[in-house]
Amino acid sequence: MTAVDAPPSTSVEVEDLQIRLAGGADVVDEVSFRVRPGEILGLVGESGSGKTTVALALLGYARRGLRITGGHIRVGGRDLVGLGEGELRAVRGAEVAYVPQDPAAALNPTLRIGHQMREALAAHPDAADDPEARIAQVLVDARLDLDSGILRKYPHQLSGGQQQRVAIAMAFACRSSVIVLDEPTTGLDVSTQRHVLETVRNLCRSYGVAAVYVSHDLAVVSGLVSQVAVMYAGRVIELGPTERVFADPVHPYTQGLLAAVPTPERAETLIGVPGHPPRPGHRPSGCSFAPRCPYAEDRCRAQNPPPVQVDGRLVRCVRASQTAGATPRGGQVVAPPAVRTETLLQVHGLDARYGRFAVLRHVDLRVAPETCTAVVGESGSGKTTLARCIVGLHANWSGQMRFEGTDLAPGARRRDKEVLERIQYVFQNPYTSLNPRKTIRQIVAQPLAHFRALGARETDERVVTALGEVSLGADFADRYPDQLSGGERQRVAIARALVVEPTLLVCDEVTSALDVSVQAVIVELLRRLQHERHLTMLFITHNLALVRSIAQEAVVLCDGRVVESGPVEEIMERPADPYTVRLIQDVPKLAHRVGAGSGGASPWSP
Amino acid sequence: MTSVLVPDSPSPAPAAVRTRRRRGSSTLARAARTRRGAIGLALVGIVVAIAVIGPFVAPYSPTAFVTSPFAAPSGSTLLGGDVLGRDVLSRVLAGGWLLLVMASAATVFGVVVGAAAGISAAYLRGSTDGLIMRSVDVILAFPSLVFVLLLVSIVGPKLWLITIAVGFVQAPPVARVLRSATLDLSERDYVKAVELQGMRPAKVMSSELLPNLVSPLMVELGLRLTYSIVIMAGLAFLGFGQPPPAPNWGYMIQENRIGLSSNPWAVIVPAALISVLTVGANTFTDAIARVVIGVERQGDDATLASTLGLGNLP
Repeated sequence: MTAVDAPPSTSVEVEDLQIRLAGGADVVDEVSFRVRPGEILGLVGESGSGKTTVALALLGYARRGLRITGGHIRVGGRDLVGLGEGELRAVRGAEVAYVPQDPAAALNPTLRIGHQMREALAAHPDAADDPEARIAQVLVDARLDLDSGILRKYPHQLSGGQQQRVAIAMAFACRSSVIVLDEPTTGLDVSTQRHVLETVRNLCRSYGVAAVYVSHDLAVVSGLVSQVAVMYAGRVIELGPTERVFADPVHPYTQGLLAAVPTPERAETLIGVPGHPPRPGHRPSGCSFAPRCPYAEDRCRAQNPPPVQVDGRLVRCVRASQTAGATPRGGQVVAPPAVRTETLLQVHGLDARYGRFAVLRHVDLRVAPETCTAVVGESGSGKTTLARCIVGLHANWSGQMRFEGTDLAPGARRRDKEVLERIQYVFQNPYTSLNPRKTIRQIVAQPLAHFRALGARETDERVVTALGEVSLGADFADRYPDQLSGGERQRVAIARALVVEPTLLVCDEVTSALDVSVQAVIVELLRRLQHERHLTMLFITHNLALVRSIAQEAVVLCDGRVVESGPVEEIMERPADPYTVRLIQDVPKLAHRVGAGSGGASPWSP
Repeated sequence: MTSVLVPDSPSPAPAAVRTRRRRGSSTLARAARTRRGAIGLALVGIVVAIAVIGPFVAPYSPTAFVTSPFAAPSGSTLLGGDVLGRDVLSRVLAGGWLLLVMASAATVFGVVVGAAAGISAAYLRGSTDGLIMRSVDVILAFPSLVFVLLLVSIVGPKLWLITIAVGFVQAPPVARVLRSATLDLSERDYVKAVELQGMRPAKVMSSELLPNLVSPLMVELGLRLTYSIVIMAGLAFLGFGQPPPAPNWGYMIQENRIGLSSNPWAVIVPAALISVLTVGANTFTDAIARVVIGVERQGDDATLASTLGLGNLP
């Protein structure tokens, strides 16, 4: 994948980078890699692994409270470590450019796109002889239509994908030799994401730019980058060519991450990486991954494993030579329960509006008891509105919804307590769905107090049982939400929904705010609970790859209309509507699939 | 097939958990530990100590005539005599506590009324919001001192009335601040989650929203206390306070200003105490506000991008 015509020199070289908290705890340590012109390096890991910190260090920048305390960052032969603010300003934008995760936050909402582009160029007058021509060219390169008058538009007049293209165009405007992309497609739909990724790949190749692409999504990275560096707890634990690392991962952590990626091609169980990464200052001695590693031995805990060369890559694992080829794969999902003919929830001719704007048009939906129905669509398709209509958060709709044979009133306030209790909702973002001032016990007990009014002891017992069902120990009960990781918070939200034993559980994009490794654990949890408790589930998602792992039925929404519905197998194997076909094609897949061989004996699946 | 579900290893924080129980008080404690907060607290503490302990250690009765009018400070009267020949020191020591009690009561009353109005307006929206906020605008249109004087001149200079009136004029700005804070909170998912259970609005406001408004409430309490003290002292200066023989810092400035050239201490000391108190309260409030902002402010993409020289934010 290395550009053939690119000079063999190195554009960016990081050597033994060390970044510490002001208090002294190391956030990033012993990070070394190099990227050649035209090459893209993927920097992957769970949140908190230090990947963004490393990416920002490439611009000589450390977030407030962090300091670069050692190592070298050479860009075009010059070391950024130790440069003053003034010298760094000259480097940033001109030699190293940055594409942020959320372009909506990085573009000034009060300035026209043209103005912002010109400002970016004006900061580095040497970068282009004719700024206007350069702007026109980078916009075309980023596949933005100049004739649409984009330069005269404000950021809010553009779609998310267009905003991200503008941010990318700005990064390429000064012809910098290095570009740092910080999860630039995280907020985008799969189709938009694919196009943005193609744009990035083409631009890097044609201008010989060395790029560092930060992502938690291995599927995204696999088709884009030529080298991948897997980070864990501030260290690069595996670094090598993408095909090697993805087809035959050596480090147990890389294996775990890869196993957690859902695939739209097969219905298989997902295997998450249990636990969560240690925070700076709380990292164990020895290998940081040892507490989560199924192979951990005494010598792992004794010392930090030095990087060793295995099979064309660098790995930090004392067992590097033995673990190769042990990548776990999930097993086939056991035959999904036969689709039942009864109906628990029937939605008929649903029209929903926001003000005068129609969001859903004549939506029909039938959910059979004890099955999981997935509602799939891109952002703006109306899938979340559908969920909110069903649970009673959105009241501006007409049409008919019948639940267990009785009509559902629009809006929770007009529904009986009994109906409210039987339909429970899990919110998309676990960071906003739990009251930060309440303990986990109070949060989970709250619906019980409201619906059941049980005695203190029984309430407490049920809370502990509910937490146990989502694999949280009783010691979580007295913590506050901000002491929990994202995955743990989402478990609490699920426990809160299940504690009153609902019939229908509506899950609205419950994994989209989580890491892939955590997503796998949550999806498996939901699947198990649905099966054990005979729950009926409505699983709202934009991620088609997940659908196959969890749902039996699926409904595809596009622009507020149902374009296709039926059994999941049918839709995934023989999609009838062109929209569904496109959606399935655009799902990022691991380009270098691990052979699905050694699943059974793997220590990952106890 | 195996369903994989290994419990997360317990987060390594039990020790930290214990120390972080009561968040409201921890904000106050953190504010007090900053330099700014410590100074503010010390200033307030000095004045409060004088006002509280003062009546018990005063050398004379505050209403006894012990020297000649506007006598210069001497061994027996450390701060000299006032307009009628009473001991200034004794009157200063005895004349503070009622001002503090009334100002505090007025502040609590004003913040409670204002917070209730602001939170209801923001959460209930619609006509409730319109009614409350337009009433707030009307009250704000009067200068607060004029408004209080109007009330007091109608009903008479009763102490309880002055307290309530001063509290009442504090409520509108509190309502505005709390309304905007609540508007943001009431769209959060955890509020939606309890609405989905059909929880009554009053309960949503008291049990879900209020605990999250502790920080702005504390800032408002401090800020409004400052204003209350100033208005109270101003009213006393104008003669609306305790009836004349009783000592009062505000009224002392008024009655002694004619003797400023012979015994300036009779004016300077009460004026200085009022100033130190307001400056102290304000400084401590500022420290709280900084702690709160420092806690809630995280680097977002916009600030990041501008720091990196890519964005063009102000």
